[in-house]
Order: sequence, then C-alpha cells, then structure tokens
Amino acid sequence: MPSKSQEDALEALAASRWRVAAVLTVATLVAYFGFILLVAFNKPLMGKQLTPGLSVGILLGAVVIVTAWALTGIYMIWANGKYDRALSQLRR
Amino acid sequence: MNPTTTPGTGTQLGQPNSTAILFFLLFVGVTLGITYWAARKTKTTSEFFAAGGGVSALQNGFALAGDYMSAASFLGIAGLVAMSGFDGLIYSVGWLVGWPVVTFLIAEPLRNLGKYTFADVVAYRLKQTPVRLAAALGTLTVVSFYLIAQMVGAGNLIHLLFGLSYELAVVIVGAVMILYVLFGGMIATTWVQIVKAVLLLAGASALAGAVLYKFGFNPLALFNEAATQYGAQTLAPGALVSNPLETISLGLALMFGTAGLPHILMRFYTVPNAKAARSSVFYATGLIGYFYLVTFILGFGASVLVGRQAITSVDKGGNMAAPMLAEVVGGTGFLGFISAVAFATILAVVAGLTLSGAAALSHDLWSSVVRKGEAPEHEQLKVARLASLFLGVLAVVLGVAFKGQNVAFMVGLAFAIAASANFPALLLSMAWRKFTTYGAVASMLTGSFSAVLLIFLSPTVQVDLLKNASAMFPLKNPGIITMPLAFVVGVLVSLLFPERESSERFAEVKHRMHMGAVLPPVPAAAKSAASDPSATPTPTPSKA
Repeated sequence: MPSKSQEDALEALAASRWRVAAVLTVATLVAYFGFILLVAFNKPLMGKQLTPGLSVGILLGAVVIVTAWALTGIYMIWANGKYDRALSQLRR
Repeated sequence: MNPTTTPGTGTQLGQPNSTAILFFLLFVGVTLGITYWAARKTKTTSEFFAAGGGVSALQNGFALAGDYMSAASFLGIAGLVAMSGFDGLIYSVGWLVGWPVVTFLIAEPLRNLGKYTFADVVAYRLKQTPVRLAAALGTLTVVSFYLIAQMVGAGNLIHLLFGLSYELAVVIVGAVMILYVLFGGMIATTWVQIVKAVLLLAGASALAGAVLYKFGFNPLALFNEAATQYGAQTLAPGALVSNPLETISLGLALMFGTAGLPHILMRFYTVPNAKAARSSVFYATGLIGYFYLVTFILGFGASVLVGRQAITSVDKGGNMAAPMLAEVVGGTGFLGFISAVAFATILAVVAGLTLSGAAALSHDLWSSVVRKGEAPEHEQLKVARLASLFLGVLAVVLGVAFKGQNVAFMVGLAFAIAASANFPALLLSMAWRKFTTYGAVASMLTGSFSAVLLIFLSPTVQVDLLKNASAMFPLKNPGIITMPLAFVVGVLVSLLFPERESSERFAEVKHRMHMGAVLPPVPAAAKSAASDPSATPTPTPSKA
C-alpha cells in the first residue's frame, strides 16, 4: 500500500520530469525556429562566408543538428541519474 | 552554371545492372531467411506486434533510424541539396528536430502506458470504443498517405534504377514486404530495419568518404568548389524559403508529426522497459543526425562531381543525384550497391508502415471495438495477419492507382495529420487530468479532417494538381493552423463536458506512466482497470 508520503514523492517526481521535458522541448524549439527565422529574415548573414566554403548558414544548420542530439543526451543523463534514482527509491 | 565537363553523361542508370541485382537478391535472401527464423518465434500477438518486448535499446535505436530514413530522405534530400544547395539543408535539419520532442515527451510514458498502439495510451482512462475508433481513423489516414508516397516513389525509383516496369516494381515491393510482415511480424520487421539502417549508413558513409577523398577530407574545400561552380549564393538561403510562415508551418508539422507517426510510436513497445525506450531514441537521434549531416556532403558532392545538368537530365526532381554520384566516384559496381540500398530502404519503410496499420485494424478496431476485449489470443493473431495481408495488397493497389501522380506532398501531409490528429490527443492524455473521452475524440477528428481539408484547399492540390488559378488556403502545409486547433478543441470540449471517471483515474495513469506496469495504487481503480481487459496489458518483463 503506497503511503501518503510516497504519493507526494511521485507527484513531485512527475512534476519535475514534465518540467525538464518542457524546458528541453522549448530549447529545441528555440534552436530550430531561431535557425528558420534567421534563414527567412537575415539571408545576407546566413550567406556570409566565415572562411571560403563555410557560410554561417551551413555552420548553423550543422550546429542545430548536433544541438538536437546533445539535448537528447542531456535528458538521458538527467533521467538515468536523478530520475531513475528517485524512481528506485519510490519502488522500495 | 557551367558543368560542361560533366562526367556523368554516360550513366549506366536505368540499365539492368548485375551488381545491383546481385546485391538486391542478397538483401532479399538474407531478410527472407530472417523472416523464416522470426516466423518460428512468432506465436502470440505480443510477438507479432511488439517482438515480445525483447528488442534491446541499441537494436531499437537502429530500427527506429531504419523506419525513419526513407528513400525520400536519402535520395530526395541529397537531390535537393545538389540542385539548390543550402535550401536543401533546411530540410535535413527539419527532419531531425522531431526526435528530441519524441525523447522528452513521448517515448517513456508511451512505453509504460501502452501495449501495441498509441490508442492504448489515449484510451487508457477514457471510454474505449469512441477513442479507439477516432485513433484508428487518424492512424490509418497517416499510414495510407505515407504508403502511397512510398509505393509511388518505389515504382518510379526502381524503374529509374533498374529499368524494370513501374507496375512490376510496385508488385515486387508489395510481395516481399507482405512476406516479412505476414510471417515474421515485428521480429522480422525489426531486423529488416536494422539490416537496412546499417546498409544505408554504411553506403552513405562510403559515398561521402569517396567524395571527401577527392577534396583532401576537407568538407569546406568541397563547399568552396560548389560556390566556385555555382556562385556563392549556393551556400546561402534562396528561393525555397520565400514565405517564412510557410516554412514555420512545415517546421511545426515535421517537429511534432514525428511524435505522432504510428510506425515510429509502435517501436517503443518492442523494448523491455521505459529506460530502454529512452536510450533507444538517443541512439536513433544520433544515427539520424549523422545521416543528415552526411547528406550535406552527398548533395554538394553530386552538384560538383556529377553536375546539376546531368542530374536533371535523368530525373527532373533531382532524385538520382546520390546514385549518379556513386557511379562517378565508384563505377558501376558502386552504383549497383547504392541502388540496392535504396530499394532495401523502401522495402523496410513500407513493412513498418503496414505493420502499424495492421495493429490499428486488428488491435484497436477488431479486438477492442468489435470484440470488446473478449477475443481469444489465436483469433487476435489471425486477424492481425489478415489485416497485414489486406494492407499489403491495398498498398500495391494504391501504388498502381497513383502511377504518374505527383505524390511528394503526401509525406508532408502525413506529417501534418500526425502532428494534428495524433500528437495533441496523445500529449493531453498523458499530461492533463481533466482530459475526457469527448475531448479526445473531438481533438483527433478535428486534427484529421482539418488537415486533410486544408491540404485539399492548398496551392499544392488546387494549383499544382487541379491547375486552378488560385487556392482558397494560402499555405502548402497546414500544421500551423491545424495542430493548435486540435489542442484548443481538445481542451474546450473536455472543459465543457467533464468526465469524472477520467480525472479520478489520472492518479493511476500518473503512477503507471512513471513506475511502469505495477499494481495500481488505488484498489477501486485497479478494479475498473481489471474489468477492461484491453486497458490492462499483460505483464511485460519490465524492471518494475
């Protein structure tokens, strides 16, 4: 039988998972739509070549892809650590 | 502008190519062998639809990548980058950004709450029949549009690559795919995806390596050569993003549509627990991201080494850029290998789609709606197999029926429907206590119908297809309207018609979403769950 405090702990854990998920989702949105808005509204900047062959647009495109993966990595580290520890304590 | 020294004019593309046929037969032989092995292990619906939950996180990561990396992304995006430079890259980026959303919001709750389909999750605390009917409608609409796009693409590509007739190509794809799904179920489909993903990643890497070898392994030298040949604007945004609203709308559909694609969602049930589901999306995102980075090299490589004129002379859409590049850097043998990889890619994607459609037909419609969860195991398995056979034949019929039609927009449409019909209801059912049956049904129906209607009224159908002068709806992709609309309708209808049982059972949902399939905390809730067999998945070997 789960006690009152256990229910509270699950409640807190659920809230913190949604919080982390929301923050990371917003970060993904900002990265991608930031890229899209720059493409749409600042074409000269995106076309500027930093060194011959490397335009700002190509660099940022690659950065968004790597960032997207890095964000899933950050979530994994948080979930495998803090979240799973709290879960296994709840299961006890 | 001056690819007069085009080396690709004497292409062997479209000729029967012995290497291509050899590699293709090898792929079909190996995968049918796997199917034979899988068929002997497939004795229950859980094995048929979820591989018995026995797929590891890394295997599922490859399989997810295999399900997602279609021929459209391999040939289509490489072609786009080859033809329009930087503008093509916008698509490479867009196709990836849905994956973090799947990781953060969907993967783990879905694994813990459902059994075979996403409708399991939406219907968990709601009334089964109406919710499953609406969810099956959304699933089947997405699967149908995606299947049409893949089958027509398959017919055209194989015709171009091997010189086979369009109809024969469609029938071969359909027949082999039916063998995979019908006999091997999810176990065979998973392994076909893994083999295909490894082949595709290896093929694309080898091709990129061969290109970079010519540029001293410096991608910037390649990009610079493209800028020298086609002008600096090839590295800058061009005409493709003339309308920001359009681009944002497509971006929304790609981002949240991925989290509503039935064949992707279904894969999370094949792993043993939520932790494995979490790891598998991380692997998949890495593999897919790497693949899209490689398309940068392939696209620019094709425009420099093959030449834009040579590419369009074979296919106006530019879809043959990657195979032609393979021929230029590696001769006919490499062309054959890449052609076979493209064929394998299509086969694997249609197999995954068919299986997810069959799950909606047999698990959601037959077992839950018609038989109210009373169907015995052997009957469920029989219906599942019949449904796969039906959908496989339907795919061939649709592929032949849509011959010669421009169906490229259908993939975008499938994503828009997935983002509007499936994703809002799925997220609300997991995160919002006051969500109700009426709210879910209204949200899913609004999402499906508004997306289909607005696409019908869009310039893609009205101007490009029906040759009208103008379209009633200005955007090509309706995601920016239809996804928020589905959320608003879901919330408003839920607030107007509250459902006590649904909000009372939210505690149970919350518990199970995090803790996995353990005994529900409230005895009353446990009783009501037990009286509803379809909402109580059989215990899985989860850690809980």
